Amino acid sequence: MAFQHTHLLGIEDLTREDILTVLETADSFLEVSSREVKKVPVLRGKTIVNLFMEPSTRTRSSFELASKRLSADIINFSKQTSAVVKGESLRDTIENLESMQTDAIIIRHEASGSPHYIASFCRSHVINAGDGTHEHPTQALLDAFTIRQKKKRLEGLKVVIVGDCVNSRVAKSNILCLTRLGARVTLAGPPAFVPEQLKSLGADIEYNLDKALESADVVMMLRIQMERMQKNCFPSLREYAQLFSLTPQRMNRAKKRAILMHPGPINKGIELTSEMASSDRSVILKQVENGVAVRMAILYLLLGGKEREITA
Amino acid sequence: MEEKIKARVMDSKKIKRAFQRITTEIVERNRDLNELVIVGIRTRGVFIAKRIQQLIKTMEEASVPLGILDITLYRDDFSELEPQHIIKKTEIPFDIAGKDVVLVDDVIFTGRTTRAAMDSLFDLGRPRSIQLLVFIDRGHRELPIQPDYIGKFLPTSRREKVKVRLKEIDKIDEVLITEPVKI
Repeated sequence: MAFQHTHLLGIEDLTREDILTVLETADSFLEVSSREVKKVPVLRGKTIVNLFMEPSTRTRSSFELASKRLSADIINFSKQTSAVVKGESLRDTIENLESMQTDAIIIRHEASGSPHYIASFCRSHVINAGDGTHEHPTQALLDAFTIRQKKKRLEGLKVVIVGDCVNSRVAKSNILCLTRLGARVTLAGPPAFVPEQLKSLGADIEYNLDKALESADVVMMLRIQMERMQKNCFPSLREYAQLFSLTPQRMNRAKKRAILMHPGPINKGIELTSEMASSDRSVILKQVENGVAVRMAILYLLLGGKEREITA
Repeated sequence: MEEKIKARVMDSKKIKRAFQRITTEIVERNRDLNELVIVGIRTRGVFIAKRIQQLIKTMEEASVPLGILDITLYRDDFSELEPQHIIKKTEIPFDIAGKDVVLVDDVIFTGRTTRAAMDSLFDLGRPRSIQLLVFIDRGHRELPIQPDYIGKFLPTSRREKVKVRLKEIDKIDEVLITEPVKI
């Protein structure tokens, strides 16, 4: 059960056992958030930097709350209000922050691989909070946690991920995480969003949503990411919505007790109707709640315990 | 590290008698059993707490609530622990505010576990009082903490270890003193 990592850069570095350790630990941290005093002293005196170069509501506040509930000190840093707008480079930014004795850097960046680059020179623990179109490991871990909480297992479940998988770091981390835990993942969307190459990650591909939803245990809808799409990816939003929006009728093709997930933020009326988002199938807000416990687990597993030597 | 058994200081009979005496002491001191709650510290404190709860029930026909405390997140020697000390759940399904809490652990040594447990309890509510029950007091305190109920006082050297073994997890009731084997 040992978790021997210095950084959390992606699910690709984690074994099945590592993932299970995170989920077990998160289970215990769930209790802390239900207390009247939602705080334990375990990371007292640690300094964490929340470095967000892209906008975020959930991930950023979730990491902030997780740090605070473990008694760490956290500073929030966003692109718009920093010297990055004056042209300071990423490396300079990190080195300057680190000289103020930070213990961990949580980074979201539009460039894939930036957390790996930072980890190559910095002394702090690096946590990837989403890098470009590459990975978003804590989202996948909290999704796996939520599925396990609702379905009591992951082995043999059919999980359908619908939407722009090729541009989605959430989809990639989830494919890696869920298949490692024994679930079967099917990707659904128009061909431009679910190209054949994604099969190499261990997922099946289905271009017809109705077919894909057949006997699904979990339906995970992705956001259409306008900011990451190249032109002419699909003809129109309206057409996409007609073919791939999750409606109550479509959801009925999945298993009776199938759950609906979405990493947020939702484009209501495009990938999902408002009605579906607030239906009793939806565990979307549970995902957000569990996110804090999962991030507490990650921070504890990386920063708690004996200080290990970090090799550059 | 290999260890050898130096002495077997209590067997199941002695352990049973100690439990009965401690329970009597708790009942004598706490006239209002309605305000009493028991909280066991993981791992063995929980089994000791369960036995006390059962004995109070047979002796006084009173059911006293039982909670479980995991103090890993409150330890002061945290960074000296092995990196992956697995965290288990704290399960206290009742309000401890205004209650008389009997905090239960198997062995008291430096007193640091008790300190951590008290901090943890205060984050859950403000009890009216906390009383400390330990099955073995082995001396060598580093903090000003003394138990209210003791199964047995056992003077030891720092090198030695005290093992309280309980049927529930160890298949046998006994208390052992062990020592690491010199190589």
